[in-house]
Amino acid sequence: MPDFAVFTENLGKFFGGFQAVKNLNLAVEYGEIFGFLGANGAGKTTAIRMLCGLLMPSSGSGAVAGFDIFKQGEKIKRHIGYMSQKFSLYEDLTIEENIEFYGGVYGLARPQLLAKRQDLLQDLGLSQQASTLTHDLPLGYKQRLALGCALLHDPKIVFLDEPTGGVDPEARRNFWNLIHAMAEQGKTVFVTTHYMDEAEYCNRVSIMYQGEIIALDRPEALKKQYGQTSMQDVFIHLVDR
Amino acid sequence: MSHRILPIIRKEFIHIRRDFRTLIIIFALPIFMLFMFGYAINLELQHIALTVVDDNNSPDSRALIRAFSGSKHFNISVYDGKVSEVGSLFHQRAAMAVLLIPHDFAEELGAHQKTSVQLLIDGSDSNTAQLISNYANAVLQNFNADRGVTLPFDVSLAIEYNPALKSTYFFVPGLVALILMMISALLTSVAIAREKETGTMEQILVSPLRPAEIILGKVIPYIVMAFLDGLLILLVAHFWFEVPLRGSAWLMLGGALLYIFVALSLGLLISTLAQNQQVAMMVALIASMLPTLMLSGFIFPVNSMPFLLQLISKIVPATYFLKIIRGVMLKGNTFEHIRLMFAALAAMGLFFTFVSTKRFKMTL
Repeated sequence: MPDFAVFTENLGKFFGGFQAVKNLNLAVEYGEIFGFLGANGAGKTTAIRMLCGLLMPSSGSGAVAGFDIFKQGEKIKRHIGYMSQKFSLYEDLTIEENIEFYGGVYGLARPQLLAKRQDLLQDLGLSQQASTLTHDLPLGYKQRLALGCALLHDPKIVFLDEPTGGVDPEARRNFWNLIHAMAEQGKTVFVTTHYMDEAEYCNRVSIMYQGEIIALDRPEALKKQYGQTSMQDVFIHLVDR
Repeated sequence: MSHRILPIIRKEFIHIRRDFRTLIIIFALPIFMLFMFGYAINLELQHIALTVVDDNNSPDSRALIRAFSGSKHFNISVYDGKVSEVGSLFHQRAAMAVLLIPHDFAEELGAHQKTSVQLLIDGSDSNTAQLISNYANAVLQNFNADRGVTLPFDVSLAIEYNPALKSTYFFVPGLVALILMMISALLTSVAIAREKETGTMEQILVSPLRPAEIILGKVIPYIVMAFLDGLLILLVAHFWFEVPLRGSAWLMLGGALLYIFVALSLGLLISTLAQNQQVAMMVALIASMLPTLMLSGFIFPVNSMPFLLQLISKIVPATYFLKIIRGVMLKGNTFEHIRLMFAALAAMGLFFTFVSTKRFKMTL
């Protein structure tokens, strides 16, 4: 199998008689920011859950970080980070307790965990608030803390499922700066979004419609191909056909 | 099992410590219930308001009244209104029972050694009425015996294991069953449903932790809490309320651990059915708490239930646990006597675990 961060061949998922994902073919390079677009219910979440080892695919084949998604789920989990739009933090735990919990779950050694915790608190500018409850944080901070917790084990590939849902435009822009910084460090970022302006920031995007990928290329190439000026228009053009 | 379970255990204890409602359920509720059952709920009735209508007013009738007033169960008052209006005493709650002594009481007693008096009892609370009837019969039996009249044969009654019929003996084992079920089934299923609801379950499922490790990490704190709680109730029951422990303490703790395992596996099964905390709470109440309270023999004897309910009681874990804990505490049962109960609980626990692990994998 070629060396891709995410590679799938005809990956599919049935729920009973309903085919949520049909013949998914992806080849995402290391260091790439890959945008995974589609309307709600198009099959994005099902696809991302299969790639993260949360859901067993029904057909096809695939590998994440070079490991087989059918057989080596546990190895995949060590090399990926995952953050969903829910910013899955424990609200009744303090900021540092959340960091320590997620670090512990990934088996970080104590000195390493303490160093990571200090770095993360400093990055967030929350060193003084380390022992406040996460519940009291503004949404933008929760989002960045959740991302920080998902990256404690330094994963090669980061899956972000609607990471900017519900936060304000400025926080969204800051968050995309973080995504670009991660890509510069060599991390692969696999991101779903329904904000089409965010699609412009990706190296390549795919557009999913009713369980199938109907377009996949660089944003400029897609705009040129369909004669549109923005990704928003490309999306509407493709989905409303 | 790996050291990665530890962060989950630690985190779960923090949740428990910071959640006021959970703390109340774990610590305050059992003690409150124990003292309520121990002091407030007394199956023995005292100070029954008995109104006497003495139409005879003879030495014999006064002897009968003295017999009643000598009993600690009755408080006597004398009625001098119209006999046709004694019913109003019940309406005004002035009396729970009325004793009517007819005008020819002494005469008949002297002539035939045989006569009747009438006892009217307020039956709006049937349990109380039954007790009053029993106490009155006992008083009358003594009265007759003093006059040299006895039944053709004598029943000598001895109540084994709880001769004073103390209600704490009766309630404490049931309370242990109820509290263990509450913590193990209700709290764990709600705790797991909460993680599904907030999305943190998904977040830890994408970590290298295995599902079994996640579940184990989440239930261990509740096993510890349930066990400590059970121990707390038993210690208070034994040293404060002086409920005896006639059998082996180890056998009883072993039974408690097995029962906790069954309750936890039931809690896991519930959590696979419920996607949010409200549903988990409802299902846990209906599937575990209510049957434990109503159908296990905790309060209502299984033998007097309709056939269908008796069948249901056979699949309520507490039915078996109550036999174990009552048997060991009060009767001094050994393992030989209760091994069938152990087997039934073990079978239930294995069945629930099997079904819930199957279902847990499906719902991921």
